Amino acid sequence: MATSVIQAGPADTAGPAPAPAPRIRRRTGQARKWFEIGIFAGPALLVFLSFVILPVVLAAVYSFFNWNGLTPLERFVGIDNYLRALQDPLFIKGITNNFTILFASILVQGPIAIAVALLLNRRMRGRGLIRALIFVPYVLAEVVAGLSWKLLLSPRGGVNAVLESIGLGDLAQPWLATPDIALWVMFGILTWKYVGFAILLMLAGLQGVPPELTEAAQLDGASWWKIQWHITLPLIAPTIRIWIFLSMIGSLQLFDMVWVTTRGGPIGATNTMAVYMIQYGQTQPGFGSAVAVILFVISLAVALVYQRFALRRDLAGATTSGVR
Amino acid sequence: MTATEVITTPPGRAPRVRRADRVAGAGFDWGQPFVYIVALMVVIVSVVPVAYVWIGGFRSTPDINADPAGWPTPWIFDNYARVLGSTRFWGSVFSSSVVGLGTTAGVVLLGVMAAFVIARYDFRGRGALYSLFAAGLMFPLTVAALPLTILLRDIGLQGSFLGVIIPQVAFALPTTVIILVPFLRAIPAELEEAAAIDGASRVGFFWRIILPLSTPGLVTVGVLAFVGSWNAYLLPLLVMAAGGMPQDLWTLPLGVQQFSTQYSADTGSVLAYTSLAMLPALAFFLFAEKRIVGGLTGAVKG
Repeated sequence: MATSVIQAGPADTAGPAPAPAPRIRRRTGQARKWFEIGIFAGPALLVFLSFVILPVVLAAVYSFFNWNGLTPLERFVGIDNYLRALQDPLFIKGITNNFTILFASILVQGPIAIAVALLLNRRMRGRGLIRALIFVPYVLAEVVAGLSWKLLLSPRGGVNAVLESIGLGDLAQPWLATPDIALWVMFGILTWKYVGFAILLMLAGLQGVPPELTEAAQLDGASWWKIQWHITLPLIAPTIRIWIFLSMIGSLQLFDMVWVTTRGGPIGATNTMAVYMIQYGQTQPGFGSAVAVILFVISLAVALVYQRFALRRDLAGATTSGVR
Repeated sequence: MTATEVITTPPGRAPRVRRADRVAGAGFDWGQPFVYIVALMVVIVSVVPVAYVWIGGFRSTPDINADPAGWPTPWIFDNYARVLGSTRFWGSVFSSSVVGLGTTAGVVLLGVMAAFVIARYDFRGRGALYSLFAAGLMFPLTVAALPLTILLRDIGLQGSFLGVIIPQVAFALPTTVIILVPFLRAIPAELEEAAAIDGASRVGFFWRIILPLSTPGLVTVGVLAFVGSWNAYLLPLLVMAAGGMPQDLWTLPLGVQQFSTQYSADTGSVLAYTSLAMLPALAFFLFAEKRIVGGLTGAVKG
């Protein structure tokens, strides 16, 4: 209502609450405020509710029906879809794979990223260039990276050719088509793609470590290793914990990379929950939705448990402090 | 809180970093060559697979089949020329651009408007509105994908650009709002009072003061939205490919995947197509590196 206040009388109503008819003014002011709130927040809220919240709710509804997506939604089957998914060894294999990738990512990518970041966190020539190049795999679309690796790792691809040329021809094999190792090859590709992001994140965290602390420790005669272990690492622990969180959620949602390289094969060796969902869900949205709900519940449980035990301190108010 | 910090710190942070470097280096001199070796190894591992694809694109398919790891002799430009002369490649570039720009524009506009209300209006339900958007972070696209496809089909948006753009806007809103709210909040209240005294309404204040002052934040969320859209695969797969859109208008990730399946025997062309598909993302990254890195680490630091 600011405009009308000022229009009402520039000369004699300079004060914030002019005497005449304050009640009416406040009421129209309230109305105008709500109108503005509606105009500003309405579109975003509408889009968000219709295309994020509604589909998730619909997934929960569809999951109780045997449905092909075309006929009316009338064959209610209770929890049959859930039972069917959880009794399918292929889907169980998918869940196991998701968790294998999850733990392997944390245990392998984490230490690599921290070690490299600690080493690179100093003045050196070409630092900007090094950082940019390390980040290249992360910038590529997962599809493009996946297709590149698919070509490199094919039986007659670059990797095998290099192995043969350096006399390790015995190791040459169809990397992504060998059930015993396919998942680990997939994990290798994912590490290649995402470790650069982890390194940059750790480097950003390291920049928040006050140099006074390391300086003081150095004056007291602490070795480089001691300083890193007792001062730097504890101080970047929040960054590490957030990275672990992102990495876990990413591992559970894994789809693009697997879909373009192996489609979950050979014989389910690289199957994931999301791949399984898309494979069945396009013709059986009811069943696919049940898989989606399971995926959602697992992700949410992992996120909540992790937040409860690890992120408590870091997130204290992070999601709410924006408002207060 | 932190988003503002991250976005606003880089300029002031530089001197501190330099000091830290000096100190860290002082006690670890013997390690300097070792550090370069490690850096070099990491860079090689990151870049060699990409270089293989690029260089492979300059070889003829028979050459590649004879020796998959060889150097181009001679360098051939046919593969690249053929891809660059094809309508499907440019169709994909066009499609990815339309979807990317549409998503970016939608997210930035809707996001800043919603964030403005949350940051600068005092009303009942404000906290709930913010929490609702924040909760959106826990709803991944993967979970909503199938019902979303059916929803889009029912409202006639399947197989259209809008069918990809609108859901992408919706799913990018949580991050956008979370980054922008503290940003808009940090704009001093004195400015708002001054604007009011000069006769500007809240809406005028939004257009004339908030938007110009929050440009850095808007660029960050815009870049994040654009990169996310450019690289997206699942939604275009379900909306465009399964929605019957002509192949020439599929986005690049879909187009590359389709091309590599269709011409799997012609390795040279597939390599060329793949490398050309990398180029826009890499160029955009070089152009917006600080924003991407700052935005990612900012969105993440907690």
